[in-house]
Parts: sequence; C-alpha cells; structure tokens
Amino acid sequence: MTERNQSVLAHAQQLFGDAISAAREHAGALTLEIRREDLLRVCRLLRDDPDFAYVQLIDVCGMDYLEYGKSDLPGGGTTGGVAPRRAHPSRFGVVYHLLSLTHNHRLRLRTYLDDEMPLVPSVTEIWNSANWFEREAFDLFGIVFEGHPDLRRILTDYGFIGHPFRKDFPLIGQVEMRYDPDKQRVVYQPVTIEPRVLVPRVIREEGFAKG
Amino acid sequence: MAEIRNYTMNFGPQHPAAHGVLRLVLELDGEVIQRADPHVGLLHRGTEKLAESKPYNQSIGYMDRLDYVSMMCNEHAYVRAIETLTGIEPPLRAQYIRTMFDEITRILNHLLWLGTHALDIGAMTVFLYAFREREDLFDCYEAVSGARMHATYYRPGGVYRDLPDTMPKYQPSRFRDEKDVARLNANREGSLLDFIWDFTDRFPGYVDEYETLLTDNRIWKQRTVGIGVVSPERALNLGFTGPMLRGSGVVWDLRKKQPYAAYDRMDFDIPVGVNGDCYDRYLVRIEEMRQSNRIIRQCVDWLRHHPGPVMVDDHKIAPPTRERTKDDMESLIHHFKLFTEGYCIPEGEAYCAVEHPKGEFGIYLVSDGANKPYRVKIRAAGFAHLASFDEMARGHMIADAVAIIGTQDIVFGEIDR
Repeated sequence: MTERNQSVLAHAQQLFGDAISAAREHAGALTLEIRREDLLRVCRLLRDDPDFAYVQLIDVCGMDYLEYGKSDLPGGGTTGGVAPRRAHPSRFGVVYHLLSLTHNHRLRLRTYLDDEMPLVPSVTEIWNSANWFEREAFDLFGIVFEGHPDLRRILTDYGFIGHPFRKDFPLIGQVEMRYDPDKQRVVYQPVTIEPRVLVPRVIREEGFAKG
Repeated sequence: MAEIRNYTMNFGPQHPAAHGVLRLVLELDGEVIQRADPHVGLLHRGTEKLAESKPYNQSIGYMDRLDYVSMMCNEHAYVRAIETLTGIEPPLRAQYIRTMFDEITRILNHLLWLGTHALDIGAMTVFLYAFREREDLFDCYEAVSGARMHATYYRPGGVYRDLPDTMPKYQPSRFRDEKDVARLNANREGSLLDFIWDFTDRFPGYVDEYETLLTDNRIWKQRTVGIGVVSPERALNLGFTGPMLRGSGVVWDLRKKQPYAAYDRMDFDIPVGVNGDCYDRYLVRIEEMRQSNRIIRQCVDWLRHHPGPVMVDDHKIAPPTRERTKDDMESLIHHFKLFTEGYCIPEGEAYCAVEHPKGEFGIYLVSDGANKPYRVKIRAAGFAHLASFDEMARGHMIADAVAIIGTQDIVFGEIDR
C-alpha cells in the first residue's frame, strides 16, 4: 500500500471506526466500503477534515453486481470449472470517486444497497456535483437517492419504462419504435430482434493475460 | 392590474446554438432567466452497456464517438484503464506519440470551441479561420490512422502503428492545376513529423490572428466579461475540471499533478483565470493552445531522434505482425485468439483519468476476470459542467445563455454517452 493510502486509511479508521466495513487497495487506488447508514457522516468529514480535504466529488457510479463472475461457459464459471463466486455481498452498489486537490489524492468509496429496494442517502448537499450523477444512477439502475432535490430520469426517453443498465435488462431493449402509416404516427411495439451473443463471455483461470 | 407571471420557454433541441441536441426549458421573467432546466439524453446510445457486451479492444472505437471533437483523448483514458488493470507499460516512443496526439487533439478541440463559441456570439470570421487549421490537423490524424476523425489509434500497450514517413498529397484534377497542387503540397514533401513541425511554426501566428479579432474586441468583451461568473469554491463543489476550473483561478491540471504518458518530461505552463467569467475561460483556452503547440514541438523533436517500438512485445495483448503469422504457428494462434476471444483482464477495478480538452475525462473500469468488461463508467467532464448550467445562467439574459453554453464547451456525444 502506498504511503498516502496508508495514512488516509489509518486516519479514516480512527475517525469512522465501524462505519468502514472493508478497505482494499487495487492498482494503487484505495477503496473504502462504507456502511450505508454512516454514508453522510463519513462524506461530510471526508470533505471538511483538513487531513482528507476531498473537496471534489468526481463521479458517482451505480453498480449492479448480479452477474459478477459469471461467464457464458457451461456451468457459468471459469475455464478451470470453478463455479462463479460471490465477491459482492449484495446486488446493488454505489461507487463514489473523490479527489483531494490539496493532497493530490483520489479515494473510492463503495456502499452496498438492499437488493429489493436500493435506497441510499443523497450526497447532493455535501457535493453539489452529485446532483446529475445521482439522477443518472437512478435512471439507469433504479437506485433511489433519499433527500435528492430533483430525482428525475435524465438520459432515457420521456416515458421510458425500466432501468436499462441493470444486468437483467436486455441489451437490445424491450420496445422498438416505428412509423405506423395507418395511424399516421410513431408507435412503440415489443422488439422483434432476437438477442444474440457475438463473442461469448469467458473467464480464464490460468491468467491468459497477466502482462 | 394585470397579473404578472413568469413564462416558460423551450430552447432546442434543434437550435444551432445548442451545440447538438440540448433542450433547455427556461423560466423567464421578461428576458431574464429565473430557472433553467437542461433536458439531456437525446443522444443517449448506452455506450457503457454496449461496452459490457464486447471484448475490450472492440470498444476503443466507441470512445472516439463520445466526445467527437477530441477523439484520441477519450481513447487515451480507456486504454490507460486497461493498462492499469493488466499492468502493462507501453514503450516510451508510444508515450511520446500519445502525448503529441493528445495535444493535437486539444488544439482541434479548442479550435472548434473557439469557432463555434464566437459564431454563437456573432463573430463569423473566427469560425472560418479555425476550420482552416483544423483541416491540417485532420490530415495528421489521417496520415497516422487512415481516418480523419474516429481514429481508433491508441491500443492497450501502445499505438496501432508507427508514424508514417510520407504524407498523403493532393493530386491534380480538373479543378486544381499543377501549380495549385504544388503549392498545397509544399509542406507535405517530408514525413508526418516534418508536416507537424511546419504546422507548429505557423500556428502561433494563427492564434495571434484569432486574438486580433476577439481579445480586445469591444463586442466580444461586452458579451463575455462578467457573464457566468463562478467562484473557485463553487467551481470545486460543482465538480468543474479542466479550463472551467482553471478559469476560476484554481491551479489544477492532471498533466502536471498526476502526470501520465510523457507529460512529466514536458516543459509547459498552466494558464489560470482570475474572475471566473466567460472571458477568462476564453483567455485560458487561447493560452492552452499556445502551450499545446509548445508540447507538440518538444514531442516532435524527441520523436525524430528516438526510433523504437510503439507497441509492447506481449502477444497476449497486442497482435503479432501480419508477416509473422504466416510462418510462425505461435503467432497465428495468438492472432486468432486475440481477434476471436480477446484477452482476459485480472479481476479488479481502476479509475483512470486524463486531462481532456474539456476537463477530467475518466474511465472507471471493473473487471471480473472475463474477456469483456463487467462495467465501464465514463466520467464526462461536460456532464458536470452542464449540470451547473442552472446556477450559471440564473439572473442572466437569454442571449447570455448562449454564451454560457459556448463557454462550457458542451458536446453531447460525451454527455449523453
């Protein structure tokens, strides 16, 4: 672990204690997993504490871990015949990317949500930049941000049904549009295109490309 | 007395000053904007979901089409994310080529921004000038990748091929006689690097031309000074990056602070604004073009004297050459594997950002060990900028809304993804 990551982690553990359920470093970046109930308290301190000073929220990313580790191979596991493992405790998550300008450091936060009702407090009050990013995660994943001032769909069409980036939403979509010459207007109808996989999803145990 | 009410006006999505497909719902009191509600998503293609259904390399082409005026910078972020997760390091020459083309892209982007921004506000000439220079830079793209815009030139592990030794030339035709063609081809006789060098000789003079037209122009100043002022604190809180943040006086540039490619070997300065208005952001971008020109010159100079490989020699990631697949079985297998299945990336996640001409462009890549990404999240700079449109436009006139859209350098390819 790099020096800066270590000191951030130590300071965070001291300040937040149980609120951090896990911490790991991958490819030089530190990820803290925060319990959902403590998210707002943690975020506020991460912004205001001079030792953190994460004044910028760079990104909010919705996640759906439904098919994590599953492949198109027989059995759905890896080439070694290993069954898919469950690396994430629940289906939905939200990933925040923070940036501290004074310390020139990036931090990733992750919080896991309820499978049935993905609900998470909104951080819009702390970082105003979260506004549209949270609307996007709501639109694409159906994650509800409590306390968001204006939680509307943002990227999909007016009147769109469903959350397209969920793993159980087909790539081709549910409906298609066409012009109906009889009705003289554009109509929606169920898709007629068969879904197909061009390149199957494969997970290779032997580390096909380790660099 | 008659009741006075605010009224709501629709702006776009088919409006030349909306820079694409922006629909604005403006609540007006007379001509003053009380509330602005941008409706985006008209260009939403689901790039992130599409990327999940394809092997890694097949999505590079999608990256070009995100911010379609700064193509190679988008690729750079994506390619860097893959390189971070696999732990491969491209050769130094490839890093220099990337640096050079990132800066060419920055000039391309700023030229388009300058031309359209000025056009929106009412200055026609700059647009024509800017597009004249863009042609030369597109020729560089074409020479190196074969495509004038969507290059797909950066690959994980380096760049697709080395810089060419010749430039494509104009041919005589019914419309152009020998003399014309000779004049047009004058700076195309040498290699691509010679052509770029010649361009960098001319370019500062061109920037002076734009500045003559705009910088001290009374009308230009009336339209931009004091419009869309953002304080440094607000700029940080609103997630501004790039020239939008620097225009507010925050010294922050990823090329300096978190150097990637060969930027740590470059000598250049970071311009910052003072007042955080449209005029300061204009000055920042103009100066950035001059600095980019400086970086390109340093890269050309280095590239001339340091030949070498431009791609890693690891055929698990980079395909072997065509010649070798013809007599080497191992190479043929690698080639087949790469183009049918692709490569698997070890499980993990990475966020990689580059200093895109518009701000911080980041790719958050999650891999579960498969040959396709589990999730790609594209962090587009323009998305955060447009989100602040309401705050920036409040209290300004409708005509200023156009200036603010212009200064934010909005491109819908990256906002709607």
